[in-house]
Amino acid sequence: MKYRHLILSNLFRKKIRTGLTAGSFAVALFLFGILAVVDGAFQQGVDVAGADRLVVLNRVSIIQPLPLAYRDRLARIPGVTQVTFANWFGGVYQDERNFFPQFAIDRETYRQMFPEFVIPDDQWQAFLADREGAIVGEALAERFKWKVGDRIPIKGTIFPGTWEFNLRGVYRGQRVQDDTTQFWFRWDYLDERKAFGKGLVGWYTVRVANPDDAVRLVRTIDEQFANSPAETRTDTEKAFAASFVKQMGNIQLLLLSIGSVVFFTLLLVTGNTMAIAVRERTRELAVLKAVGFSDGFVLALVIVEAVVVAAVGGGVGLGLAKLFTLRGDPTGGLLPFFYLTPEAIVTGGTLAMAVGLLAGLLPAVSAMRLRVVDALRRV
Amino acid sequence: MVRIDGRGDGNGLIEVRGLSKTYQRGSEEIHVLQGLNLDVDAGDFVAFMGPSGSGKTTLLNLLGGLDLPSAGNIRVAGDEITRMSARKLTAWRARHVGFVFQMYNLIPVLTAFQNVELPLLLTNLSKAERRRHVETALAVVGLADRMHHYPRQLSGGQEQRVGIARAIVPDPTFLLCDEPTGDLDRKSADEILDLVDRLVGEYSKTVLMVTHDPRAAERARVVLHLEKGVLVDAVTAGRAR
Repeated sequence: MKYRHLILSNLFRKKIRTGLTAGSFAVALFLFGILAVVDGAFQQGVDVAGADRLVVLNRVSIIQPLPLAYRDRLARIPGVTQVTFANWFGGVYQDERNFFPQFAIDRETYRQMFPEFVIPDDQWQAFLADREGAIVGEALAERFKWKVGDRIPIKGTIFPGTWEFNLRGVYRGQRVQDDTTQFWFRWDYLDERKAFGKGLVGWYTVRVANPDDAVRLVRTIDEQFANSPAETRTDTEKAFAASFVKQMGNIQLLLLSIGSVVFFTLLLVTGNTMAIAVRERTRELAVLKAVGFSDGFVLALVIVEAVVVAAVGGGVGLGLAKLFTLRGDPTGGLLPFFYLTPEAIVTGGTLAMAVGLLAGLLPAVSAMRLRVVDALRRV
Repeated sequence: MVRIDGRGDGNGLIEVRGLSKTYQRGSEEIHVLQGLNLDVDAGDFVAFMGPSGSGKTTLLNLLGGLDLPSAGNIRVAGDEITRMSARKLTAWRARHVGFVFQMYNLIPVLTAFQNVELPLLLTNLSKAERRRHVETALAVVGLADRMHHYPRQLSGGQEQRVGIARAIVPDPTFLLCDEPTGDLDRKSADEILDLVDRLVGEYSKTVLMVTHDPRAAERARVVLHLEKGVLVDAVTAGRAR
């Protein structure tokens, strides 16, 4: 590109200024990257939710259980092809800060319902054969350096006592977004040992034959259990995950607000810097025009300079954010999916370039409109 | 042959007819140039002199296509430049005009080589061809050994020579020099004027120069005096060539 030295020379004319402007982009895009990661962590459940799965809860609240007897009634509803259930355990491993989700699962159906979690057959069989068996996600196993065969004590907070489990397997996710921080054990073990609420489960997950039929089935299921002691509230898995996120407040709006303020400030700062840079070069731009460079070229030159600064700064910021996320979840389990997605990187890069373009636009237009005779007259 | 009476035969390189330029300042109209005629042949070296505000630089700007007249027309090598669109005029300037400025107007972050190369970036020349042209231009102005120096590393006279190299590198139809020695000491000014002399003598360049300096004007073949926007006389001066 024959204009390369013209662009680069201008960028390096004021190294500190260019560095600080690029640094602003780097900081902003680093922040964007982290916000995107946090948002992704909260939205991960929504994103990976199965389109053909429904979640059936107690209508009163998520902590109210449902009878085990509902399993067969759900399975008989036309359009439902599979049913499984699980229970929240809420135990503590060694220290309360070591949070991770523990589910008592139906050993017969859970694996088929969630094929995105991949478990070696021999490990699954070992789990089935051991009443105190447990399966954990690979991120969780890595976090506590657990190996198959380890004995893991968990102190119950809802169900009192210390519960001991034998680690029989480690699952991995088929996709990078799949949550591999869960701890599963057998529901029949929980039901046998718990002192209250026997024969009750936390929630059901059902698979429907046709996802297009989901809305109708949601209604059918809830009508089935209407006016019973445990009425249900059924949702698609995606809607369930989304409502779960909403319970923590409108995270997306908060993140969007922070991001918008940062980018708007960046736009003002960069626009001002570019305006000063163009003003300082008025005479040079006039000379370029005098020797035959077109108005369009001068416009493009200023915009390209701004976009290059944005791209370099933004690239550094996103790179640092990526590096930061490579170290994994810094919250100790609160954000199991702590990952900067390629989509977020592309979005961030595009945003940086757009801000660079917008910031360069006004000074570039004024440079384009510059009258050579007026500019050369100025000292 | 230079004429200011508007009776040229139409075969000259530059033909100016009834050229006027008026500026509006508030309600007041300022007539900078008034019905000016001029004929310049290829290879001429013309100096414009006159007091400040007489319209010298305005005339140069109009001849270089940097500004448009209020009335009249300018024809250069058959092209009627006063009727051109801004875009065409820009392209025409790149092809036909070499500007030499009083303040040199080099780009400080580019080397002498890169400054001289600028007009060639607008052409379809290859990198190797551009290099050859730039080296030739710098050799003509005697700065072949300074091509990788930045303007801040050059003296004023050397900077102006780079400016001249930049003006001649695309081999323009004519050169417009606006006080080319105005910012130089006597010795450097003489070197620049020697160089302009050579461009006219050896390379048959057509040069139109605005100057306040009588010694610079002496170098020209014809000195034209502008007063209040009118060319008052044409004096054959300078050295016989």
